[in-house]
Amino acid sequence: MTAAGTSYAGPTLEVEDLQTHFFTKAGAVKAVNGVSFTVAPGEVIGLVGESGSGKTVTGLSIMGLVDEPGRIVGGAIRFKGENLVGASEDRWQKLRGDRIAMIFQDPMMTLNPVLRIDTQMVEAIHAHRQVDKATARAEARDALGLVGIPAPEERLKTYPHQLSGGMRQRVAIAIALLNKPDLIVADEPTTALDVTIQAQIIYEAQQLCRRFGTALIWITHDLAVVAGLADHIAVMYAGRVVEAGTIDDVIDRPRHPYTVGLLGSVPSANKRGQRLNQIPGMAPNLLRLPPGCAFKDRCPRGDDLCLTEPTLQSQPNGRAFRCHHPHEPEGAA
Amino acid sequence: MTSATPPLIEARAVTKRFEKRLDLAAKAARLLGADLEDEIVHAVDAVDLQVFPGEVVGLVGESGCGKSTIGRMIAGILPPSDGEIAFDGKAMTAMSGQEKRAAALAVQMIFQDPFASLNPRMRVEEIIGEAPLVHGYVDRAGLAAYVDEIMLKVGLDPALKRRYPHQFSGGQRQRIGIARALAVKPRFLVCDEAIAALDVSIQAQVINLFMDLREEFDLTYLFISHDLSVVEHISDRIVIMYLGRVVESAPTEALFAAPKHPYTQALLAEAPRLDQRSRDFLPIKGEIPSPLHPPSGCHFHPRCPHAMEKCSAVRPMLRPQGDRWQAACHLLD
Repeated sequence: MTAAGTSYAGPTLEVEDLQTHFFTKAGAVKAVNGVSFTVAPGEVIGLVGESGSGKTVTGLSIMGLVDEPGRIVGGAIRFKGENLVGASEDRWQKLRGDRIAMIFQDPMMTLNPVLRIDTQMVEAIHAHRQVDKATARAEARDALGLVGIPAPEERLKTYPHQLSGGMRQRVAIAIALLNKPDLIVADEPTTALDVTIQAQIIYEAQQLCRRFGTALIWITHDLAVVAGLADHIAVMYAGRVVEAGTIDDVIDRPRHPYTVGLLGSVPSANKRGQRLNQIPGMAPNLLRLPPGCAFKDRCPRGDDLCLTEPTLQSQPNGRAFRCHHPHEPEGAA
Repeated sequence: MTSATPPLIEARAVTKRFEKRLDLAAKAARLLGADLEDEIVHAVDAVDLQVFPGEVVGLVGESGCGKSTIGRMIAGILPPSDGEIAFDGKAMTAMSGQEKRAAALAVQMIFQDPFASLNPRMRVEEIIGEAPLVHGYVDRAGLAAYVDEIMLKVGLDPALKRRYPHQFSGGQRQRIGIARALAVKPRFLVCDEAIAALDVSIQAQVINLFMDLREEFDLTYLFISHDLSVVEHISDRIVIMYLGRVVESAPTEALFAAPKHPYTQALLAEAPRLDQRSRDFLPIKGEIPSPLHPPSGCHFHPRCPHAMEKCSAVRPMLRPQGDRWQAACHLLD
């Protein structure tokens, strides 16, 4: 076990072939079934997928928050070089909220409804550092200011129910930032917010990554949000990353038929009024994954070759895809 | 207004107030000097809206702008506090009982949550078949064939008609809701966030279905959504609301090319788009004010980058700004 040294120069997080399964009465649900990606300091990676693709469970696995009957059954989560799979609960508690923080879709998952904002924030600082109460309170106030909350001194004295949805989400982000973490996992943080408020939150997140070099994993179903925010993107389907790469590569030159289908389903200006390119059928049951490629039954290119599991083909610059019949590069098709 | 055909449906200066009167104890407390008042929310504030036959109108706005309330008033679910709704040029209040029933059947609504809007204890054939039987569109002998036909139209397998709603996926449930609306041969559909709860690839399937049905049944739509890209894709004309008032209304393409109202401009600039990469988000400031205490004059003035003195004092009226274009802003006077 390496100590989380300050001189560590590698990526903040390396997830390698992560497998998180849920052992239910009906059988093993392979929610995450071989996910790999890396995040460097200051980098934003978008983890994109539809319901049941395993994006949230991936986030929870990184936080060590997978509950029974779920278990990480394989792979590695290397945070600054230290493998966290199988780490003790003690170690996790030291890391969570300090070096690694999470922002949930619903800020009320983070906030305690019966405690004032300042109580909660000071508590989060004291859990990890020995500082006197006045310093902790000042830090809490600064954190609120950092995420664009007007009059932070007054907001410290409020209860969560006195704040609007957008404000609550900001407070949740401020709490995540308190101990200047190296990594933030944000799970659909703006999905419940209005467009103008969403833009404000994304703006704050963007500024913070640039300013403090925090690595950010942004989990979402919305490709358009990721296009404007992230540096890299990983597209998930049925528990696997099916395509990854830089934003421009994946969105302009998708290789995997699922990514192509997903991009085709997004309404956009240049095909107004035309039929959208829909993906037929629906996502497979994770209890009974078909053999081979999980996308085969919905894929226009699926054939007998797809009955065997395609391997992840890696290329330079973090580009990777998992398909026997990928689309041609440079959009030649 | 511009053409000879009268609007299929028209809201004339429609207002909806939700009032919470003080109860006896609160009235007593007020007598003793407590600072209590009746709470009145102006959900919709003197809105004019016209939808012409064959048109698809998109109604866009953020939380609390009154878009759903307007939709419900037009669908006849909620009575307006002031103003009137007219169908086919005739005010609902002036109609005979028989005409009213015909109008109520001709306007159907499709709801956001396909889990909450279907009776869980009814079979699909009952959900779809109940209304046409009661209203005499079909007799008991022909009912089964009629339900089959409608199910096929919306892309559901008639073999599944003995099932209950919980046995379907979200996308299929939304199709059941659409089938239920279509069963009474409506001319006008109010879709309130009808695809917001669905995954991207399923969204595309339902949007396509809406467009197919429009052609097949010659339908007119009011499409209520917070998602600009969806509305842009299917609407002929877009109406933008903010805090209970219409701020701008224009043909889709023209509106997206050159929005006139500062709120529309902000909304269009901040909506995430696939073709905007690694952009700097420059959000407009501030929260959406509470409709309980809306700002004076123009409701948008506290957040507006161009606000002048006049804006906080005088309410800007909706004025024509060219062909089929209306906007309510002092800058345009």
